[in-house]
This record gives sequence, C-alpha cells and structure tokens, in this order.
Amino acid sequence: MIRTFIPLAALLLAAGSASAQERPAQAVIDAYLKSTFGKASAEWQARIKPDESLAVCNTTRNNPSSAESDAMLKRESARVVYPADGKFLGDWKKGYQVANNGRGGQFSDPPGTVAGGNCFACHQLDPKEVSYGTLGPSLAAYGKDRKYDPETIKDAYTKIYNSMAVVPCSNMPRFGVNKVLDEQQIRDVMAYLFDPESPVNK
Amino acid sequence: MKLPILGAAALAAVMTLAAGPLTAQSPPQDESEKEIERYRQMLSDPFSNPGFLAVDRGEALWSTKRGAKNVSLEGCDLGEGPGKVEGAFAKLPRYFADADKVMDTEQRLLWCMQKLQELDTADVVKRRFSGPGVASDMEDLVAFIANKSSEMAIQPQLSHPKEKEMAAVGEALFYTRGGVNDFSCATCHADEGKRIRLQGLPNLSVKGKTAQETMGSWPTYRVSQSALRTMQHRLWDCYRQQRWPVPEYGSEALTALTVFLQKQAEGGEIKVPSIKR
Repeated sequence: MIRTFIPLAALLLAAGSASAQERPAQAVIDAYLKSTFGKASAEWQARIKPDESLAVCNTTRNNPSSAESDAMLKRESARVVYPADGKFLGDWKKGYQVANNGRGGQFSDPPGTVAGGNCFACHQLDPKEVSYGTLGPSLAAYGKDRKYDPETIKDAYTKIYNSMAVVPCSNMPRFGVNKVLDEQQIRDVMAYLFDPESPVNK
Repeated sequence: MKLPILGAAALAAVMTLAAGPLTAQSPPQDESEKEIERYRQMLSDPFSNPGFLAVDRGEALWSTKRGAKNVSLEGCDLGEGPGKVEGAFAKLPRYFADADKVMDTEQRLLWCMQKLQELDTADVVKRRFSGPGVASDMEDLVAFIANKSSEMAIQPQLSHPKEKEMAAVGEALFYTRGGVNDFSCATCHADEGKRIRLQGLPNLSVKGKTAQETMGSWPTYRVSQSALRTMQHRLWDCYRQQRWPVPEYGSEALTALTVFLQKQAEGGEIKVPSIKR
C-alpha cells in the first residue's frame, strides 16, 4: 500500500507545483494592481484587498484543498450573525425590491446609493419573470419545494449572509459579511423565498 | 457623408425592434440572439455601421499635425515600423524596446503623442470615452488602426519575457476576486452557456471560437451607447460591474488582461469595427 501511495503523492505535489509556477508571485500581481487601481481612495483599495478566505480562493482558482475548505467553513461560519429575535422572515414584497435591485457598490453609483441583492441577475425566482440569469441555480418554488422547513430556512439565511460558510469559495456574494445587505434586507429576501404568498412559491 | 448618418438612425430603430422579442419571449435566448445576429449581418456594410465614421475621423486625426513639434502621428511605430498601420493591431499589445514596456494600442498612441508630437495628452485622456457632444480622439484613432487589421488573424505576441509576464499576470487577474461582491472576471466568463439576466456571457477561460469571436469584434459600435468603444472601455465597464475601483486608463493590469484574452483568442479573425447591442 505504502509503495503505491508514494508515487501518487509525488504526482500530486508535482501537479501542484506546476500550477503554482504558472501563477506569478503575488508581489508581481500586486504591482500590476497598484498600477491600475492605486489611485483609488483607501476605502476603495480596501475592497480589493482579499481577506483570508478570498486569498485562498484567488490562489487556488476557487478549488481549495480539503484542509483549506474545512478551515474556511469554520472561519466563515463564525462570521454569520443571526437575527437576535430569531425571526428569519420579513416582508416578501420588500424582498422582491431587494432581489430586483442591481445598484450599489459600483464606482458609477452616487454616494448613499442603497445596494440591492441583484438576485435576478443570476437566479430564476418568480417563474413569471423571464429576465433572469443562469449563473446560479433556479430558486423557483424554493420554499414550497422545501415544505417551509425551519432548518432549511436557517440554512438559507446562512447562505445569503455568508455563502462561504456553506460552500467554500462560492461564487455568490457574501451579502451580510461584506455589508452589502443589512439584516432587514436579508430577512425580506428570505420572505421572498419562503413566504407561501410570494410569487416565487406560486 | 449623409448616407452613414441616415444609416445610423435606421439602425437605432431597427435595433430597438430587434430588442423587442428579447424581453417578451420565452425561452428568451436562442430566437432573439438569432434575430440580433441577422441584423448584425444586415448592418455589417460600411454604410450602415456608424463605427466607420469613427474610422474616418481616426484616419484624419492620424495625419493631423499636432503638439509642440507640429507633426502628425504618421511617424508613430505601432510595432510594425514607423507609420505602418496595416496589421499592427493584430499584434497588439506587444513589447516596445524604446519604452521598455508592453503596450496596448491606447498606451502606444499616448506614448507617440507625448514623445513624437510633444502633445499635452491631459485633454486627450480626459476625452478617452466619448459622450454626448464629446468626441474621443482615442476611440477614433483605435477604430482607424484596428480597421487596418480587419480580416487578419489575432496574433498574440508572447516571445519577450515581459510579454510572457503580462500573459501570466493577466491570467491570474482574470481569476482574482474582490470588491464588495467578491467578483472576478471569471465569475461571469468561465463557464459555458451562462447569462446575466438575458445577456449571454462568453466563456473566456478557454481558448477557441468564443474567445476568438469576442476579441475579434472589438472595437465595436455600441448601439445602446451611440458610441464606438474599445477594449479599454469594455474592461473599465467590467470592473465597474465587478464593483472594483475605477481602473486607470491605459494601465498595466488592463494591458495584462488584454494580452491574456488575445492569447485565448489566438488565430481568431478580426472584423472591426463590429456592431453590438
């Protein structure tokens, strides 16, 4: 057994070092970033300084090792803040507004712009809405299909608040952690997904 | 000169009609994409695409004497020798020994304006993207230069160590996430058949036809913006939508990304200026 394992491990190491060689040193990449984004304000610069998890996603192209994944899930789970009153669901009509709003966070946005979740950019939600994206899975009938199960509701809140607490290096924004959406906005989006009266479940 | 302007008005009307089915039909993508492609083909002649007006303006600018030295850009070396425009765009970005830098078309033009013409480029850079009532020398010049490589193949230049570094850094940047939404170029452009809302997203993470058609169609006349746009504008707009800071015009990371994308598009046919939504 040991004999067969050693060449395999060697192979994996070799593959790892080969892809690491392709990626230039971080200092080189950072010099390019400075040339292009270095004149932005300190606040804007901070937005492209990756945190510990995102740095792993960048160097592994969203394919962290299992050890890195475990550490990331633990680290990101600790960052999720649940509503103090335990209420996960707000107003689905307001949730639709949040889901349909793609503004916020862009350098073209006027100061004070309220950010939306822009959910429709990537997901199907209300099956009657034809203008939806496909980068994420369809969420049509999301609550109905899950029988409005309380555990599932909490999991969905976790996912929206911090996608990487659920899927390491998820492509989905970390809306709560990155302060794109506040608690009430997330609760409203949650209602859009889970309220039986929401068009998502009709 | 009247013919193309009439063409532009007709074009705007036609494109509005073409966009109609995009929001009204389900399944939305295939049929409306086909319609748009039909109009694209119909409009590909020089008398209908307003992008060719930019080509004409660029040609006039190229031979206009400007700057402290009162010379034209006709002595500018775009990589194929001073004044040689044919085929130059197909090999840009590339390494220039005189500047000891890899430059894209815009960077090289600014370099020539500064060194050859001794032109104060502050105003030119200020007008880097045209708008209502504001012409862009850069957009016009790039349209002219790119058009002189039309029907040629994209030939990424990767022999010089600095060109190799650019391609490698560009690839790393393509996968670098950031901004409040953790987005990278790859978030939208690394998978097949995806779309944002109804907008199809080219997969640029792999070499081949999609990358070739994408890169071979810039600069383009953007109907929705009534303006000719170059890759500089496309990347600026991508970073805006990625929620990144404003990228500096004609800067290293943008050129690195362009080198990487040209590498992905190697061998693709350049057909410019094209026309897009």
